[in-house]
Amino acid sequence: MPILEVKNLSFIYGVGTTFQKTAVDNINLSFEKGEFIGIIGHTGSGKSTFIKQLNGLLRPSSGEVLLNGENIWRNSKKIRDVRFKVGMVFQYPEYQLFADTVYKDIAFGPENMGLNSEEINKKVLAAVDFVGLSHEILEKSPFEISGGEKRRTAIAGVIAMDPEVLILDEPTAGLDPRGRELLLSQIKTYHSKRKNTVILVSHNMEDIAKTADKVVVLANGKAEMFDITREVFKNSESLERVGLKVPQITEIMEKLKNKGYDINPGILTVTEAENEILRILGEWGKC
Amino acid sequence: MMTNFIETEDLKFKYSDDVNEKNVLDGISISIKKGEFLTVLGHNASGKSTLAKHFNVLLLPFGGKVFVNGIDTKNESELYEIRRMVGLVLQNPDNQIVASIVEEDVAFGPENLGVKPKEIRERVDEALKSVDMYEHRNSATYKLSGGQKQRLAIAGILAMKPECIVLDEPTAMLDPVGRREVLDTLIKLNHESGITVILITHYMDEAINSDRVIIMNEGSVLLSGKPREVFKEVELLKKYSLDVPQSTELIHRLKLKGCNLPEGILSTDECVQALEHLLEDNKCQY
Repeated sequence: MPILEVKNLSFIYGVGTTFQKTAVDNINLSFEKGEFIGIIGHTGSGKSTFIKQLNGLLRPSSGEVLLNGENIWRNSKKIRDVRFKVGMVFQYPEYQLFADTVYKDIAFGPENMGLNSEEINKKVLAAVDFVGLSHEILEKSPFEISGGEKRRTAIAGVIAMDPEVLILDEPTAGLDPRGRELLLSQIKTYHSKRKNTVILVSHNMEDIAKTADKVVVLANGKAEMFDITREVFKNSESLERVGLKVPQITEIMEKLKNKGYDINPGILTVTEAENEILRILGEWGKC
Repeated sequence: MMTNFIETEDLKFKYSDDVNEKNVLDGISISIKKGEFLTVLGHNASGKSTLAKHFNVLLLPFGGKVFVNGIDTKNESELYEIRRMVGLVLQNPDNQIVASIVEEDVAFGPENLGVKPKEIRERVDEALKSVDMYEHRNSATYKLSGGQKQRLAIAGILAMKPECIVLDEPTAMLDPVGRREVLDTLIKLNHESGITVILITHYMDEAINSDRVIIMNEGSVLLSGKPREVFKEVELLKKYSLDVPQSTELIHRLKLKGCNLPEGILSTDECVQALEHLLEDNKCQY
């Protein structure tokens, strides 16, 4: 059974007004437990509207969202529990810190789940370790720490609820290359240790290529593609049609392939490309 | 003197008076030529944005001087003239739109400068045409895509007839097509209208079209040169939390493995061509 499934999901803004707009248009998808899913799509493609329905922040206009096989709106009084199980890290989450210490901010989620203080402490410290924050800053005010630390604090606050599905909306936007690399590798490590489901929304194709097992391509509210990452990035033309791109390295290798060289399609990383070139040179060296 | 549009002399800045506080800018002396396309790279908190804010007097130096078109930025009577000459575009497109209709947003600047209505009309049309947004002039601003919003912000500056546009990570929140649109607009404005462009970015591939790249680190300029020269320093850049374009990285790694490849490869097509040469040179001879 998939952990999260959407059936005929649609969302319409401003129904009955002149601003009526279908933001999500009959999407059917299912995500298995433990998968790392990437979501890509142009601005206005419906990514945010889509993910907000996955944890009940928006109620679908039609269709349903199933968490562990159960419609999350079946008992709408229980919708709060869904938000603990499907954790959401918004864009620029560092602007949402509010408590007077880093520790209290991270503990806010688990506290609201009604856990006792010992459990809360355990969850907070585990979350802090996952995002690589030093324990020394826990008693500091969130306003005294650096931008990168703030973002990690905000992410830790969601991880501390130990969600079955973790959704991150552009978590690396505005970070420098090393910060981006570090955060992504921590999310990867978190995912492989916790073995839960991670959904990463990003405009950065390189980041998606490096991390995701499967990719959803959204365009104009519809799910245009849903496949394993390598397959999705083999379709550079279709991606460009919907305002996206393949990573630069994928494009380079595809262009070489089109010139008649025996290159495997769907190269995703610089390391893969390097090995591919060396493989070809090596094979030729033998003749 | 006149060929340098912006000059800083031993520019120092910090955000508090505390003597124990480190300088955010620690003695920067650079000159930016009129009509230059300059890209500023550097890790988070390296001082890039703080530097940019000195170019249109959002900040004043703590020590040293900044000159814009020969005018000392400490000269209060010239404040508005400097801000007219140097426009600033920020990261989040939603934070810099003031009107609900595209053309009204563009008119906001010249209106405040007291430009006559007829001329405002002309300037607005011209500005929207040069960022390729003229057909959207009557659209609601909230309906625009991220790339369109950033181009609108640029048009708002153009309507004030600036000499220079400073952009602080203008593409950080955009999708790939939006990024391309913004970058193409900047290249066009720079080439066709001779506007000085200062682009701050974390995307290395955006730097490859510029005349010069400077790399900042801990409030100082670490490297300065043509993109091809700067990106040769792959190991150095990595040491300072930066990256090189994937094309440059691949060529660099293959060179380390002993492949005979040229240095300073930047664009996708250059990379494809270099790899093609490499493969052809090593093809079996029958």
